[in-house]
Amino acid sequence: MDVDLYHGPVTPLGYSRKSEFFRGGKDTFPLILGAIPFGIIFGAVAVTTDFSAWGTLAMSAFVFAGSAQFIAIGLVAQGIATGLIVLTTFAVNLRHALYAASLGIYMKHLPHRWLLPLGFWLTDETYAVAIRRYLNNDASPYKHWYYLGSAVFMYGNWQLSTLIGVVAGQKLRNLPDLGLSYAMVVTFIGIVIPFITSRPMLLCAVVSGAVAMVTDGVPNKMGLMMAAVSGIAAGLAAERWAVKDRPAKELNRN
Amino acid sequence: MMAVTVIVRYPVLALVGRFDIPAPVYRALKFVPVAVLTAISVPEILAPEGELALSYSNAHLVAGTIAIATAWRTRNLLATIVLGMAVFFVWRYLFAA
Repeated sequence: MDVDLYHGPVTPLGYSRKSEFFRGGKDTFPLILGAIPFGIIFGAVAVTTDFSAWGTLAMSAFVFAGSAQFIAIGLVAQGIATGLIVLTTFAVNLRHALYAASLGIYMKHLPHRWLLPLGFWLTDETYAVAIRRYLNNDASPYKHWYYLGSAVFMYGNWQLSTLIGVVAGQKLRNLPDLGLSYAMVVTFIGIVIPFITSRPMLLCAVVSGAVAMVTDGVPNKMGLMMAAVSGIAAGLAAERWAVKDRPAKELNRN
Repeated sequence: MMAVTVIVRYPVLALVGRFDIPAPVYRALKFVPVAVLTAISVPEILAPEGELALSYSNAHLVAGTIAIATAWRTRNLLATIVLGMAVFFVWRYLFAA
């Protein structure tokens, strides 16, 4: 069986499960430091809006997705329909499908008891270090232990920094309005702007924002729905025109 | 929401080459975060009290503009949050009603 190629009795010198595990954690360390402020901000903002301490901690434990968690608490605070919250967080997390597709080709030999937790623990940070490990041209049979090490340290750190934020946020909650809810707006700005890399995407944002202004008074947040749908339609239309235009222009040039 | 995390990450890892999001669906989904988050943020910035407030004393507008510029220049989420909130607090303090 070709499984023996990976789990054969002979372990190449210098590679063990344990050393791979801790190297994964160590190589992720700078990225773990970078995640700490987001965990703290998330915890603090969540408990100062609508979320209980336990709800906030549970979200970090079970959802474990930074941007999606920020977006979810913002949308819940706005009273947005559950379906739209799920769709938006799904779309924001789609990049993980690309990560998974790129890592998956190295993990075909792993059983599902490995793939399920590794899949759940896949983040931007762990992808960044794990793909480098897999691309490195050595014969270690334990590269998935490296991935696991990176993921476990990321996960533990996310829980801890959320907890710090929750404790800090509970102290702030009783003070007069600090305007912490505005943190949501600047967070959304920081998430959206890097997405705007093309004209159709820019048009999507402009149309969505303009329609949201016009429909601001519409009850039950239906204005938001109308704005989002208009923005998506505008983006799709612009993309279609751009694709149709290009061959025509190239023909004219010749 | 946990389902969303697992659905996006796990099946693709397990089913590489046997699973694809249809191209038209993917094209539309790509626009969802920008459309939804912009629709929420723009009224919060331009009309925080429900009325259009295009004034330098509107802290939401000034801080939002700074945050957009920061995000555009640096692509750095933390810098955007920290600078945006700093401007917001200073402006609110200066122009407190």
